[in-house]
Amino acid sequence: MEDRTTLNRQLAQMLKGGVIMDVTTPEQARIAEAAGACAVMALERIPADIRAAGGVSRMSDPKMIRGIQEAVTIPVMAKCRIGHFAEAQILEAIEIDYIDESEVLTPADDVYHIDKRKFRVPFVCGARDLGEALRRISEGATMIRTKGEPGTGDIVQAVRHLRMMQSEIRRLVSLDDDELYEASKQLRVPFDLVQYVHRNGKLPVVNFAAGGVATPADAALMMQLGAEGVFVGSGIFKSGSPEKRAQAIVKAVTNYDNPSILASLSEDLGEAMVGINESEIQLLMAERGK
Amino acid sequence: MKIAILALQGAFAEHEQMLRRLGAETMLIRNLDDLDSVVKEPSSSAEGWSGAVIPGGESTAMMRIMRDEGLFSPFRQLVLGGLPVFGTCAGLIMLDRHHLGVMDITARRNAYGRQLGSFNAEGEFEGIGRVQMTFIRAPYIEQAGPEVEILARVDGKAVAARQGNMLVTAFHPELTDDTAVHELFLTMVRQRQSSQSFVSGAADVLA
Repeated sequence: MEDRTTLNRQLAQMLKGGVIMDVTTPEQARIAEAAGACAVMALERIPADIRAAGGVSRMSDPKMIRGIQEAVTIPVMAKCRIGHFAEAQILEAIEIDYIDESEVLTPADDVYHIDKRKFRVPFVCGARDLGEALRRISEGATMIRTKGEPGTGDIVQAVRHLRMMQSEIRRLVSLDDDELYEASKQLRVPFDLVQYVHRNGKLPVVNFAAGGVATPADAALMMQLGAEGVFVGSGIFKSGSPEKRAQAIVKAVTNYDNPSILASLSEDLGEAMVGINESEIQLLMAERGK
Repeated sequence: MKIAILALQGAFAEHEQMLRRLGAETMLIRNLDDLDSVVKEPSSSAEGWSGAVIPGGESTAMMRIMRDEGLFSPFRQLVLGGLPVFGTCAGLIMLDRHHLGVMDITARRNAYGRQLGSFNAEGEFEGIGRVQMTFIRAPYIEQAGPEVEILARVDGKAVAARQGNMLVTAFHPELTDDTAVHELFLTMVRQRQSSQSFVSGAADVLA
């Protein structure tokens, strides 16, 4: 495999067991870093506000992203629109550590995703099932996250997506070698990736949970379901005491299977972000880019 | 031989796999209870925990959890008491003067820049020979005291070192198929076990 792809997959390995937090200012970035975030996602508006504002949502101002890069020593990620390779080129030019080709922004291309193999910087992409995950990996994504439903504070979709991926992985593992060709056809993904999952029982890249994580318990739930780390978007800086909640979610990811530690982490966190139920949302971001 | 791996954040599973491949038993340390079991296990017996690993990841995240969860002092005491410890990348940073303050080195964080500066190299490692080296947003050792033996350099920068019971690499041997550096660490552990002096150190911590 190409050197860059391997190095980029390996950076994601270093993020495992960690929390990646959405931040909109250098000050929030510093709070996130001090709270123990393993990376930050720099964006102008967090998903809950994007959802509230409506309209077309685009890549953030590079100057604003640079401000955040200068504020912290941990990796800085930023989002570009699905298929918008020019935005991705700009993010590469400012030496972003990871690009999120994200359904949270308005898609720029309703057919094609970015050919991520043309880039030297790594990409993370969202997926709702195994087919989507493997298609993104084949395009060059070196990290996957569930799509969930961003900006809602509702974990149901992230759970659905992760459970779907895990059950499809288990199914592939159980197949005979000669059944893998048909599986590759049904999933609409390259055969070698199907073969990898069949042999290893996991994706060839790190898989995080994202979309709707609002509490330490949400983070623990996703980790127990098999996520290797979590993204928290609106959940932290839309809550009553961001600093405390950020720290609690970081520690919940480390001790995700220890209920007594989780109980003490869940105490006195103040108000959680106001959630929106799945049935109340008009725009399903997860439906963007399959 | 049992090795405790700090599993607060980062690539601890990769060390776990590597060490098991070399026949060591492993345990993940996520909280104070886990660490207590390392301290309390009779280290004089062959059953005792005999070494620790600090993996790659984000040092700021791991330090935060260590401090808040009360792991900082007991872990530091274990290392000062002689427990062999192996730190890779973030682990190197954490053992330096400005973090756990146990090793007489100063690490330069993100010394090669952002992810675009990550790279692979092959270099000479003292006592081992040529070693594959993977650097991911890596540090290097900027300054080292007289007790520190520099074991490898890449482009003139110190990227691996040993000081008594402490071994550090700026790169990630756990990400390659080359087991040589982990074998070197397990050799340090065996030497310590036979010398037994670690026992009194751990007993002091308990007292």
